[in-house]
Amino acid sequence: MAVEAVRQDITEELGRTDNKVDLPSMSELASYVADQDTESGSEADSPTVGDYTAADPVMTVRDCNVFYGDTHALIDVNLDIGRNEVVALIGPSGCGKSTFIRCLNRMNDTIDIARVTGDLRLYGDDINARKTDVVLLRARVGMVFQKPNPFPKSVYENVAYGPRLHGLASNRAELDEIVQTSLERAGLWDEVKDRLEEPGTGLSGGQQQRLCIARTIAVSPEVILMDEPCSALDPIATARIEDLIDELSQNYAIAIVTHSMQQAARVSQRTAYFHLGRVIEVDTTDKVFTNPGHKLTEDYVTGRFG
Amino acid sequence: MTSASSSSQDDVLSKVRASLDRRYKRERRFRLYGAASAILGLAFVAILFASIFSNGYTAFWQTHVQLDIYFDPDIIDPDGQRDPQALSGANYTKLVRNAMAELFPGVSGRRDRRALNGLVSSGAAYELRRMVLEDPAVVGSKRTLWLAADDEVDMLMKGYIDRNVPQSSRRIKDNQIGWIDELVGQDRVRQQFNRGFFTSGDSREPELAGIGGATKGSMYMLIVTFLLSFPLGIAAAVYLEEFAPRNRWVDLIEVNINNLAAVPSIVFGLLGLAVFINFFGLPRSAPVVGGLVLTLMTLPTIIIASRAAITAVPPSVREAALGVGASHMQMVFHHVVPLAMPGMLTGAIIGMARALGESAPLLMIGMIAFIVEVPGTPFDPATALPVQVYLWADSPERAFVERTSAAIMVLLAFLLVMNAAAIWLRKKFERRW
Repeated sequence: MAVEAVRQDITEELGRTDNKVDLPSMSELASYVADQDTESGSEADSPTVGDYTAADPVMTVRDCNVFYGDTHALIDVNLDIGRNEVVALIGPSGCGKSTFIRCLNRMNDTIDIARVTGDLRLYGDDINARKTDVVLLRARVGMVFQKPNPFPKSVYENVAYGPRLHGLASNRAELDEIVQTSLERAGLWDEVKDRLEEPGTGLSGGQQQRLCIARTIAVSPEVILMDEPCSALDPIATARIEDLIDELSQNYAIAIVTHSMQQAARVSQRTAYFHLGRVIEVDTTDKVFTNPGHKLTEDYVTGRFG
Repeated sequence: MTSASSSSQDDVLSKVRASLDRRYKRERRFRLYGAASAILGLAFVAILFASIFSNGYTAFWQTHVQLDIYFDPDIIDPDGQRDPQALSGANYTKLVRNAMAELFPGVSGRRDRRALNGLVSSGAAYELRRMVLEDPAVVGSKRTLWLAADDEVDMLMKGYIDRNVPQSSRRIKDNQIGWIDELVGQDRVRQQFNRGFFTSGDSREPELAGIGGATKGSMYMLIVTFLLSFPLGIAAAVYLEEFAPRNRWVDLIEVNINNLAAVPSIVFGLLGLAVFINFFGLPRSAPVVGGLVLTLMTLPTIIIASRAAITAVPPSVREAALGVGASHMQMVFHHVVPLAMPGMLTGAIIGMARALGESAPLLMIGMIAFIVEVPGTPFDPATALPVQVYLWADSPERAFVERTSAAIMVLLAFLLVMNAAAIWLRKKFERRW
């Protein structure tokens, strides 16, 4: 563990608890680092506490680093996403959760100054390779965004857009079928079946977000990435989305970024705690919330900062 | 402790109160300035419109004189062959003269007769010829017709000529005024809607001059401009905004597009003269060249407006499209361009409105020539509305004053319609996200 990083961690911790304590000297820090390393028992090259691998991985990420210009946004991240499991990514704002999931379907390509390195694989296919087709990748790895962002088109067109792009339906009847099943699985069909031709932007916030989920699953992806999907929704809409995530995990691997620890505890099987661009701890959700292995995780889940 | 804190609170309150009054006064003053400047602007527009309208509305009516024309076969067709060539070349002015002489048998002497015949427009003969060519059966018959009066008669009837001014300082003489009064007494003079003003080309005779040629020239020019500048401008904007790599060359192009928008329009005229006419040998005075020149002028405006419209498309829509697996190109053409289209159209229409009102570059490419024929194609010589205004404003005849104002009214009407269309399009296609 790098001394500077620990110094930064400590600064942060101290800043939250007691402002009057002076920063420890470098020698004190060095001994703290040594203690930390022995305590957690992690190797020098892998500071992550807990087991970041999954038994049946769909996606594997090893040594992922992201740079935004000169800013090192993600540092040596290792994480697997298993089949039919929900992985929650938690951590304070700006810790790199969103950056991480945006690596998984190469949405960071749209940011000119972003540079991603590391070994990211989807069923063994290199995600980050230059020759990887991003269109195919994004068809396999769907994404739901923080703010509901339906197209300014009809409900039907919103869901039909993806299948139409990829030629998944050969005729109108098949397309209708895809639209209906997608909306049904997103739990939206009963509410919109009479207003398929109305604009998707006219729905309520929660309905819009479920429409976006329906749009994502209409393409039959293998993984669904969700970037704080409930942050703009009220508790009732949030509960519906959470139920939906639960159902969807029967068929899909899901990675969800959330700021709500209750939400992470409710929907996920495994949880990864991010801090300043590093994955501090990955374990079963139960373990992370009841018996965290790292001091930072404990502070975060007990609400002492973040 | 309590009293001290409450007294310091009182102190704060009194200070806030003292400043409140000043703040509100400042706000009221600022509002007053704003309202005053808005009213001033409106007043100037109102004055402009009122002056143009009061000068120009009379041009839409034209004085006509009722004459009993005898289509004398001896004059029109002495051979009796009804040969179109002969019919076309006949002396129709003589028919008008005969009719006038019949009305005023007492007028004799070359000078007086000429003055009498001058009351009717020289265009009356063309009108008679048109009737004969259309239907040769009228030859030999006697018809009562309303024929356009001379522009001086028109001015007198519209009250622009002061009868009390000495005869030597007006173009219409006392004896002519006497004849006109006699015609008015016989109910043979009236004002008719001036259709010719909208259909005919330019003329040296004000009563025959119209904006038909100029309007058509402007129309051809705008069509050429739109067909070239809209697709080119949008393509350039989409490329620069969505596909172009970020490097020094693209920055250079961007800076130059912005500079181009500020280049004086006459410079584009010179460029058009040098490149399109001298180098490519396109015809002089042709709307197609005018359209090309105005395209150069309009392009930067459209590109800048289109780029702004593209930038205004929210990133969430782009991410949504990319997220379901649209390629970059599909994202741009399925989502970004349709959403930016109202803004692009508005930019294009405003650019076109500016092009419609432009005259300086057209002077350089010869569209200022005196052209009587209404152009049939964009390659025929033509003039444009603003240039026509300039030409008429330069003419000495009193009757051209009202025509200048009327032409300005028509031009302003076109501009208003175009700007209204821009607003309508924006309102209709504006999407909320």
